[in-house]
Amino acid sequence: MATHGIATQHKQGLSNGMLGFILFIASEVMFFGGLFAAYFIARADATEWPPENMLTAEQIARGVKLEVEFALPFIATILLVLSSVTIQFGVWAIRRGDRTALIRWLMVTIVLGLVFLTAQMFDYSQLHFRAGDTVYGTTFYTLTGFHGAHVAGGVIFMGVILARSMAGQFSAARHEAVEACSFYWHFVDVVWIALFTVLYIVK
Amino acid sequence: MTSIVVPRPEGFAHPRPALLDWLTTVDHKKLGILYLYTTMFFFGVGGVLALLVRTQLAVADNSFVSNDAYNQIFTMHASAMLFLFIIPVWAGFGNYVVPLQIGAADMAFPRINALSFWLVPPAGILMFSGFLVDGGAAQAGWTAYSPLARGLGPGMDLWIIAVILLGISSTIGAANFMVTMFRMRAPGMTMFRMPIFCWTMLVTAVLQLLATPVLASALAMLYIDRNFGGAFFDPNGGGNAILWQNIFWFYSHPAVYIMILPGMGIISEVLPVFSRKPLFGYTAFVFATMGIGGLGFSVWAHHMFTTGAVLKPWFGFMTFMIGVPTGVKMFNWLGTMWRGSISFEAPMLFALGFLSMFLIGGINGTFSAAVPVDFALHDTYFVVAHIHYVLFGGSVFAVFAGLYYWFPKIWGRRLNERLGQAQFWLMFIGFNLTFFPMHLLGLDGMPRRIATYSNESGWEALNLASTVGAFLIATSMIPFTVAVVAAFMRPKDQPNDPWNANTLEWWTTSPPPVHNFDDLPEVHSERPLFDARHGGAGH
Repeated sequence: MATHGIATQHKQGLSNGMLGFILFIASEVMFFGGLFAAYFIARADATEWPPENMLTAEQIARGVKLEVEFALPFIATILLVLSSVTIQFGVWAIRRGDRTALIRWLMVTIVLGLVFLTAQMFDYSQLHFRAGDTVYGTTFYTLTGFHGAHVAGGVIFMGVILARSMAGQFSAARHEAVEACSFYWHFVDVVWIALFTVLYIVK
Repeated sequence: MTSIVVPRPEGFAHPRPALLDWLTTVDHKKLGILYLYTTMFFFGVGGVLALLVRTQLAVADNSFVSNDAYNQIFTMHASAMLFLFIIPVWAGFGNYVVPLQIGAADMAFPRINALSFWLVPPAGILMFSGFLVDGGAAQAGWTAYSPLARGLGPGMDLWIIAVILLGISSTIGAANFMVTMFRMRAPGMTMFRMPIFCWTMLVTAVLQLLATPVLASALAMLYIDRNFGGAFFDPNGGGNAILWQNIFWFYSHPAVYIMILPGMGIISEVLPVFSRKPLFGYTAFVFATMGIGGLGFSVWAHHMFTTGAVLKPWFGFMTFMIGVPTGVKMFNWLGTMWRGSISFEAPMLFALGFLSMFLIGGINGTFSAAVPVDFALHDTYFVVAHIHYVLFGGSVFAVFAGLYYWFPKIWGRRLNERLGQAQFWLMFIGFNLTFFPMHLLGLDGMPRRIATYSNESGWEALNLASTVGAFLIATSMIPFTVAVVAAFMRPKDQPNDPWNANTLEWWTTSPPPVHNFDDLPEVHSERPLFDARHGGAGH
């Protein structure tokens, strides 16, 4: 790389790649910030929440009920938080140069991510409202849907990292992509904790 | 004079066919040129749409285009000019100039840079393909207010997708510019020795990184409302129609600074060079730029005073406040020229055009910061006059200042000076003839975005004058086009530094080699070339 002229990286601190990745995550935070703002404004406007009073006769006849289950999402939340711990074990492993442990922890984290997505899909199938059923349904599916898409993206990201690990890449000195992947996964996790809090706890 | 020798790059031994090379390049200079070609193309398209608007409004009770077509035309005019011209044209200048000005070999992430560019042409095609679908192109204005935008045909969806793509392009581009300037400056170039154009690109990048994703969230909500029965902006389902305006302007007010700050940067490069003086108050200028960036996030609701749903005293006060750093910059520019040895080549003329026209645009904007005045002027042609005095009188004049200034560096040839002067005067007179009457029309109560007006309104004379001005602006593109074609027919004859300029891009050859620099001077100030010419910093 040195032959490509004067474009050099700083010798200490974050690499260019990590700095760029953190800026990317900052932009993601602003994206979810916009969605959260919409949710809070909808709640602030509402005279009751969930807004059962906004349901039309057609929606009531269809059996729409604006309520969510708690138990399954709660278990899924615990699994997702746990997956943040497992990927961090993977990061610590590769910092020691232990690629075998990295591969093991990545596999565990991917499985936890897939279980979370499955639980979310199952949860969706049990609900008695759609995205079009008042702003409650719209915000619920938009926020959890965009988060779910990010979980899926994170699982694919981890899949790529797993494939690269199994191909013998990454060492104690060079494993930037693993660190970036863990940053992303922690970000996805933190967004879910915020989402779970406002959608399921602060009713 | 000492200089730092840069190792020659290897691995360029296999030349590729020119077309393949342009399609697959990750060189910041080639991508910058691609950006410039693409955005100037959309400038032309947006200009033709503007001429259609002005033709329709030239006389009262006109039926040159239908009302429906008129709505599509003015919507696509603004969308093309803002999203496909002004915002990406700065990415074009930034791409070409920033790595050269900081003495780097390329951007931090060359392949992401290529992705940023290649998102623009498909987005433009998508947006304009609205003209081919049922119901036509988007016609809710570039602001796409709900509930209007919720009920239009599929052209609106194409518009939404296009703007999301352009948003992704500028967001990842912003991260790229930030890392490039934080990490890849030449030895000795501290942040406060960075050229002022880089500073304005940096603050622009911060605004883009933080504001554009918020627009993406609003567009996603609009798309969901339109296609999946969502109720974000539908009060019948518990949603809030004003929510769109809040989120849209939370992006789009910072976005007006995204559209003007790099232009201010270009002016701040040109004025010192053609006044033979350093920029007056470099540090104050940098802090003023940061101040505009910061305050830019706290004034969005001044677009929404008449909704009655926003805290008017706060947003009015903050809007007055944002005039302060802008005023600081005016003093920077005037102080730079004060007792300078000024020469009036084309770049300087366009810079002075910016200075005078942006001043009017700043003042007539500050009028409307006063809430009672805003109530009278809201949605009238006064607002149209304001936006064009800052975005055409400001940004577009800066684009041409930048093109005339950097043309010798980018293409190794100089644009004909006489043709440049002709273009400037045609454009300057045409611009004022087009947009000054709009102030008077606005004060007289002519609403914006109306397809025609009655004979009895008394607006016909001023509208006709405005239309004549618009065609004068169009005429000013003839000398420019001739100058460009004539320049391309001549050999590359420009020296490294034809203007006796100050910044590192003029150190290397015109045009620069693939690797940008064979060597670099030591950087001891924000004017390394001045130091090199006169034997060290501070002389």
